[in-house]
Amino acid sequence: MRSPVELADAQPGPAFTVTLDGREIEALPSQTVAAALWAAGVTSWRGTRGEGRPRGVFCGIGVCFDCLVTVNDRPNQRACLVPLHPGDAIRTQEGTGHHD
Amino acid sequence: MTDPNDPNHAAVLPHLAVIGAGPAGLAATVAAASRGVRVTLLDSAAQEGGQFYRQPAAELRARRPQALHHEWRTWERLRNGLRTHVDAGAVRHLTDHHVWLVERGSEGFTVHALLGPEQEEPVEVRADAVLLATGGYEKVLPFPGWTLPGVVTAGGAQAMLKGALAVSGRTAVVAGTGPLLLPVATGLAAAGVEVAALVESADPKAFAGRTGALAAQPGKLAEGAGYAARLLRHRVKVLARHTVVEAHGTERLEAVTVAALDGDGRVRHGRERRIACDTLAVGHGMLPHTDLAGTLGCRLDGLAVYVDEEQRTDVPGVWAAGETTGIGGSALSLAEGHIAGRSAAARLRGTEPDPRAWAAAAKVRDRLRAFFAALDSVYAPPAHWTEQVTDDTVVCRCEEVTGGAVRQAVAELGAGDLRTVKLLTRAGMGWCQGRVCAPAVAGLAGCELTPSRRPFARPVPLGVLARAGEPESD
Repeated sequence: MRSPVELADAQPGPAFTVTLDGREIEALPSQTVAAALWAAGVTSWRGTRGEGRPRGVFCGIGVCFDCLVTVNDRPNQRACLVPLHPGDAIRTQEGTGHHD
Repeated sequence: MTDPNDPNHAAVLPHLAVIGAGPAGLAATVAAASRGVRVTLLDSAAQEGGQFYRQPAAELRARRPQALHHEWRTWERLRNGLRTHVDAGAVRHLTDHHVWLVERGSEGFTVHALLGPEQEEPVEVRADAVLLATGGYEKVLPFPGWTLPGVVTAGGAQAMLKGALAVSGRTAVVAGTGPLLLPVATGLAAAGVEVAALVESADPKAFAGRTGALAAQPGKLAEGAGYAARLLRHRVKVLARHTVVEAHGTERLEAVTVAALDGDGRVRHGRERRIACDTLAVGHGMLPHTDLAGTLGCRLDGLAVYVDEEQRTDVPGVWAAGETTGIGGSALSLAEGHIAGRSAAARLRGTEPDPRAWAAAAKVRDRLRAFFAALDSVYAPPAHWTEQVTDDTVVCRCEEVTGGAVRQAVAELGAGDLRTVKLLTRAGMGWCQGRVCAPAVAGLAGCELTPSRRPFARPVPLGVLARAGEPESD
């Protein structure tokens, strides 16, 4: 199957490792949290404050704040905007992200 | 590097701050910088391009980014124009600057931004005039299941594809209404996603009655024909006069149910079909970003910033161009940006601009505005879309306010406008400040969608707010 990386003939530098809730996943240089999680087959990384429902990317451009996630202990980061660095620790965010 | 806030440097040339580096902002920057004005271009992204020309992150080293794009030659011209002026020192391009407020003072303007991606460190840029090219964002109307992971906006799917070379699954349905759905469907298909259906609520017959304005744009019709050919090549099934009535799944999207619409825009029951998919890219049109203009006191015309023939707002020293002045696509944004940049440059240098100098751009602008007004009357969500919003459908995604709660506020508590619904239900009070749910709440409340007054265009840390405007201590 053709992939977006093939379509754009991208030749990124070597992948590096980050973690999602302690589990290692691969990320490409400058890839956003959302892109790396999508590439790892993960589409939700937040439980809502009220009903604890799963959420992930919605608008993809930083407007909707649905993709909030905890990165390196900082909650409420927009996964669609924040680029990853080697060793970053992504954590699923429950509710406001301030009480765990 | 020269400091743009250095009074010695500032005294040399008038200084224009352009906010937004999409087609309108880039065209304006190049036009103004070519005409004796110093420009600071601020944008929240890491690279110029905006949404339409969003580029893959540089480190992904895409050797064929044009495969993700349309109008690539126009982009190369814009990008090269920007680089030439940056190299010559006429333009300073500030990337990763999230502008949250533009303040008008007695001695010009102060642009307040937060440095991204953390958005905690403040930056202030002073300028003699401001040009707002803040673009737009997508409108999505709710339906049961639309909060499931895997349901993304059509523009979001495209942004993730263009910027991050990422897709959220293997099988997608593209749905809603509007010209954006075509490039999203063909883009996903070209990137290897199986596009199971393109579900468009508009009636193709409606185009026939508006041939005047549409036929006046042969280029646009050819563009449409090009998409049709690509859809055929990728074997994308097009379901016109259909709508998605429900997204199914528990932890993520597994399927959607689509239904045909009758002549009145109501769902024909008994004619639904279920399509398995892991991605639904959905959109119902675009809305202008007008927060910065609103706080500056610029008059809005409906949902868009009012501008005159020169792209001036009614606030002296403030110009606006592109989708913030009304949705109309990249070619219209380029024409408006060009006119705005020329007008701003002339007036900042104390001369009266001659509109004959930009007659060609003005002609394009008039034609495209007429074209998009005609399109707007064709591409419309189903007339009775609110009937699909069940009482337990979440309408405000941030505060998890349901359709039932909004209806109760309207029917039992007498709410008749967005603000009252917000005060009674919290719909529109969350992180996104009602940007996503406002059209839905307006539809359910039966009131007009009016622009919200948001003093700040994005969340600002309290510490930054407390120190904003203080003299710098260095």
